[in-house]
Amino acid sequence: MEPVSIIKGSAYPIRRSNIDTDQILPAKWMKRVERTGYENGLFEIWREDSSFIINDPERSQASIIVAGENFGCGSSRQHAVWALRDFGIKAVISSRIADIHRGNLPQEGIVPVELDQDVVELIMAATEANPTVVIEIDVTNRTVTCEDAQVFAKPFRIDNASHFNLIHGYDPIDITLTFEKSIEKHESSRDPWLPKCSPEFA
Amino acid sequence: MASPRTLIDKIWESRLIDSKPEGDLIYIDLHLFNEVTSPQAFEGLKLKGREVRRPELCMATADHDVPTGKPGLQVLDEIADKQLRFQKTYCKEFGIEHYPMSSSGNGIIHVLGPEKGLTQPGMTIVCGDSHTATHGAFGAIAFGIGTSQVEHVLATQTLRLSRPKTMSVTFMGTPHPDATAKDLALAVINTLGTDGGTGYLIEFRGDVVHNLSMEGRMTLCNMAIEAGARSGLVAPDETTFAYLKGKERSPKGSLWDLAVDYWHSLATDPGAQFEKEIEIDVTGLGPMVTWGVNPAQSVPVGSKIPSLESFATKSERDAAVAALSYMGLEPGISVSDIPIHTVFIGSCTNGRLEDLQAAARVLAGRKVSSSIRALVVPGSASIKREAERLGIDKVFSKAGFEWRSPGCSMCVGMNGDVVPPGKHSASTSNRNFEGRQGPGARTHLVSPETAAATAVLGRIASPSDLPQVNKKKGK
Repeated sequence: MEPVSIIKGSAYPIRRSNIDTDQILPAKWMKRVERTGYENGLFEIWREDSSFIINDPERSQASIIVAGENFGCGSSRQHAVWALRDFGIKAVISSRIADIHRGNLPQEGIVPVELDQDVVELIMAATEANPTVVIEIDVTNRTVTCEDAQVFAKPFRIDNASHFNLIHGYDPIDITLTFEKSIEKHESSRDPWLPKCSPEFA
Repeated sequence: MASPRTLIDKIWESRLIDSKPEGDLIYIDLHLFNEVTSPQAFEGLKLKGREVRRPELCMATADHDVPTGKPGLQVLDEIADKQLRFQKTYCKEFGIEHYPMSSSGNGIIHVLGPEKGLTQPGMTIVCGDSHTATHGAFGAIAFGIGTSQVEHVLATQTLRLSRPKTMSVTFMGTPHPDATAKDLALAVINTLGTDGGTGYLIEFRGDVVHNLSMEGRMTLCNMAIEAGARSGLVAPDETTFAYLKGKERSPKGSLWDLAVDYWHSLATDPGAQFEKEIEIDVTGLGPMVTWGVNPAQSVPVGSKIPSLESFATKSERDAAVAALSYMGLEPGISVSDIPIHTVFIGSCTNGRLEDLQAAARVLAGRKVSSSIRALVVPGSASIKREAERLGIDKVFSKAGFEWRSPGCSMCVGMNGDVVPPGKHSASTSNRNFEGRQGPGARTHLVSPETAAATAVLGRIASPSDLPQVNKKKGK
């Protein structure tokens, strides 16, 4: 994956809390075995309403979602992240992003940006008022700037592991494989009663 | 003397391989798969030329896509069929234990782990499914992961994670005798909110929890994710050991004694500190039902949908307005006035034998209302067989329920089992999200007992609302 350092763009403000992953991508899309081609599934049901912000032609170049608290709650489906990525989303701003989704977003290079609700509100109001408002996310230094919202280099919260992988563009599996000796050591001392699986049981 | 530790700390530290500012590397003892969140992970693994590190720690089933109608079942569509074939192929290729659709060992993944004795105290368990929290009932750290993490575990049998914060949720008081584990779960989510648990792993504590059966604990832990928590768990006790004894994959002989000795140490030490400690007074708590589009929006059965003025914050009020608009309901109306169309009993939350038995006790000698479509979907093929051996299937069929085959079914609506648009369901599943049970479906989450009583009366009701069955009738 490419390292991510700066994200700069306009936004889709979605003033709603608890946007669950069933809304981001309905379950029927999970039957696919591909990793790409999910853009038409993004908010598929809500998009049927022509006034839904994702349909706003003035925001067709937007790359950031600004949402209410607890974005991405519910199902663990990474397909929701593939839909955001395929649609062109590079970052999600919310006061709280649900645990599993917050871990899934950076796997596809999307930056989960957590800010206090009052700061989210300033950015939300600014982008609601004007679709061309630009938000700049300095991933390396973990800050957000949105001049129209009077938000300047405001520090945001991001998990250290996600930050580390995003700014370096590392494949986490490659990193973990360097710990082979430590993993082997753990495996040699596992409790003898721990259960084993085998195709022979099935 | 070592400082006192929580159960969560003990398990986490026992699986810790490496600790860095960017997270802890922990070993995973059991990796479970369904058919929908793993194909891309296996594909990714193959593209990079990597191997499955520990196939003997992997178990797979088909549950989301599988139809639950009569035998000779047809998969809903070609893409689901392709997905099921994919799973078969890669499980064979990598030597993974797999229970395909219609096989005698098939079932919902979170029902199978415990039933086979694969879920044991002190383990770390992951699955590409948020309801992996279910396995926490055994005193395991069990949580849902995304597909990239599935691939990571396949390749390394580990995950790099920020250490979860610890929370204790202790139930105080004595609930009403009609309260079930589902009602406790809904009460927890109502108290914490849908994101009150974000970043935390919850240990459920207190006599109320330890008086629950293993099935009840699974229901409670299953829904920890609905409060935003990474997972929930319950310290193992004699109930846990009794459940595990003799299960197919439980330790045998001298290993059993060794394991039990160790499992006894899996408790939070007196004086150990949690980062957050919550007490929930459940005195008098009875059957609960959700009225909105997230599992925190609930009230007691027999009461009213809250008035908009009753919400403390603007955000909650806005959420209620949006929820009621989707649900086609008004604030302040009685929940018993909601027109119910479908009743669904099943899912990884409430599809185990004890759940079916509880619903059957309510249904015995009674009939489903003519206005209701009612279906019951056992959580696994083995539960289905056992229920049939006990004659529970007859109780359901006689009452007017459809007795179906195992799968996630109407909990996630991927297999053709859906609630029609605009119709209301009383469902024992875990999520009342918009469209979760089908486009436009309006879901009300309840316990199996409440679902059964609702099916009989045709409106949301608890068993105590039912008239007595006339025992002489039909003799």
